[in-house]
Amino acid sequence: MIRLDKRPQPSRLWAAVTPLVAVVLTMLAGGALFAFLGKNPVEAIRTIFWDPVFGEFAWYYRGQLLVKAGPLILIAIGLSLGFRAGIWNIGAEGQYIVGAICGAGVGLAFYPAEGWYIFPLMVIAGALGGFVWAMIPAILKTRFNTNEILVSLLLVYVAEQLLASMSLGLLRNPEGAGFPGSRNLKQYEAASNPELFAGTGMHWGVVAAFLAVILAYVLLNRHMLGFQIRLTGQSPRAARFAGVRPNLLIVVCLGASGALAGLAGLFEVSGPAGQISIDFNSGYGFTAIIVAFLGRLHPVGILLAGLLLALTFIGGEAAQANMQLPASAIQAFQGMLLFFLLAVDVLANYRFRLKKREAA
Amino acid sequence: MDLSAINPAVLIASLMVAATPILLAALGELVVEKSGVLNLGVEGMMITGAVCGYAVAVSTGSPALGFVGAALGGALMSMVFGILTQYFMSNQVATGLALTLFGLGLSALIGQGYLQLRPPPVGEVNFGPLADIPALGTIFFQHDAMVYLSLALVGAVWAFLKFSRWGLILRAVGESHDAAHALGYKVIHVRLMAIAFGGACAGLGGAYLSLIRVPQWTEGMTAGAGWIALAIVVFASWKPVWILVGAYLFGGITVLQLNLQAAGAMFPLAAIGWILVGLGLIDALVQHFSGKNPSILRIVFDICLVALGIFGTWWVHGTLVPFKIEYLSMSPYLITILVLVIMSSGRGRAALSAPAALGKPFHASS
Repeated sequence: MIRLDKRPQPSRLWAAVTPLVAVVLTMLAGGALFAFLGKNPVEAIRTIFWDPVFGEFAWYYRGQLLVKAGPLILIAIGLSLGFRAGIWNIGAEGQYIVGAICGAGVGLAFYPAEGWYIFPLMVIAGALGGFVWAMIPAILKTRFNTNEILVSLLLVYVAEQLLASMSLGLLRNPEGAGFPGSRNLKQYEAASNPELFAGTGMHWGVVAAFLAVILAYVLLNRHMLGFQIRLTGQSPRAARFAGVRPNLLIVVCLGASGALAGLAGLFEVSGPAGQISIDFNSGYGFTAIIVAFLGRLHPVGILLAGLLLALTFIGGEAAQANMQLPASAIQAFQGMLLFFLLAVDVLANYRFRLKKREAA
Repeated sequence: MDLSAINPAVLIASLMVAATPILLAALGELVVEKSGVLNLGVEGMMITGAVCGYAVAVSTGSPALGFVGAALGGALMSMVFGILTQYFMSNQVATGLALTLFGLGLSALIGQGYLQLRPPPVGEVNFGPLADIPALGTIFFQHDAMVYLSLALVGAVWAFLKFSRWGLILRAVGESHDAAHALGYKVIHVRLMAIAFGGACAGLGGAYLSLIRVPQWTEGMTAGAGWIALAIVVFASWKPVWILVGAYLFGGITVLQLNLQAAGAMFPLAAIGWILVGLGLIDALVQHFSGKNPSILRIVFDICLVALGIFGTWWVHGTLVPFKIEYLSMSPYLITILVLVIMSSGRGRAALSAPAALGKPFHASS
């Protein structure tokens, strides 16, 4: 009989290895899933994980990698701060939408003025929008002790309705012949977020994502606040004795993740997406949860995990086009990854022991 | 606007239909949480149930088999959660989220071949002449079997938790797993059974959406119903009868807003002004009766609020604007949040009635 013994401290070796184990297991299980769908599993896995980086059309896909990874990393960095302290913001999708609406709204308000100050103002508005949207669960939590998981998630649906209302009403392109959706910001130079180096996919959002990784690393390892976040996550009781103010921490963690998600939305709407439209959001806010866990809530880990999940997005699109693999297969695949990750986590926290069955 | 077109009896009957999916899912989650497990994957299990029930019903032509398939599908999904959290000691919040994300993807994958089909119709239960009673007949005797089953299930869960020995064990496990373990109860087995029941109920709720309420399969069709079910468990303070109240209240809001959308109701802008006035006055009264010295800033704020409200009411006096569909569609989610806030404030009332071991992992160390 197998028995589990709790390790006195999580194994650092296993903690580093388990994400890789989970990825390999997901590839195996995903291959089985694709085989079940009647596709060649080896070809499907190669189309998703190999071809976008090393295949024939890699020159196109490599640029897409940063475009997709930017928002994922930016959002996941914010989420990881809260997750470490046991503060569960799972409504990043909503904060992403509201950030995009606010940022684009500011940009469109200036149309057709030109000026260097327009884009920075949009960035501030985007961050503020996400911040304010995240403050709703934060304040309800600190003032009324309301569960932040449910509130932040329910606000995603509210934000989606708000997005629909904005793209049909207030922000609709007046020259768009009545079609839903705003003016295209790509055609409005002062408010656009273009590719910085042609072919790389690098835009200001990706720059912000890298900056966020560095800042989060410094914060968590060198700053008192980061210490308090880690302490609260490991032992809330000890943290209270050490003088951590839990309410302040809730506001800071939710606010930071909201602002980062809002930034991600702003950079997306002014760059790759170009306009506010009804189906503007594409699930980055939810996938970022997987990114945060796969990266073990560590800034550098999140950077790598964000690139990997961006790869599954791109590879998924390629597999959709080349192999007629349904789009939802990738979503199931990403969910599976999180399952395996959580399952193999047991290796880091527990030790397996083979033991003979004793007489009770 | 013609609100008289809305027939109260029909409204109540349709709110019962609108509430049934959430009632079923919330009831299942109640049992799970009573055993001390927080399963945030209700949404994922619901949508899996929706697609499983739909696929089975379409291919066999029998809605009853569809519901059985949905319950099995939901229970199977919940077992992934159960094994991960109970045997692999994974974090319950994260695993529940994973269940939702995975369920949304998997259901879309299964549902691929069923997008344009229509499910076999589900008939009403035949009550004979009872159904012809005006008003009462419409409300009580013209529903499909699942509505009555869900109501019976509320009673069954209530009686099970309150009177049966197994119910006592389940509650003991949820209040203190260490004590239950010391008494010789199999904590993990009890919890796994509760999780499976919760999954089956969520599956049934999902299938009710795809087979009866909508009835069609579309990707992501649960649209947050699972999350609302989770909120209703908090609203009900973990009491089965209050689950019924919560679910029907929510069903009422949903039906009402749909009716307002259909009737093209107009919204008097002046109402916003009156709300501002009301808020200002209430806050002033709270200040007055709280016994503390009111702060000048707060009073100035209240006066401004009232003045702004009165001015606004005068400014837009008599202006009617059509309700925007998007804002009406927001209302169920916003009201759920509002209800959550009311229930959880006031010295943490909701927290007091929550099972003591809710969300805590159990690992028998010896």
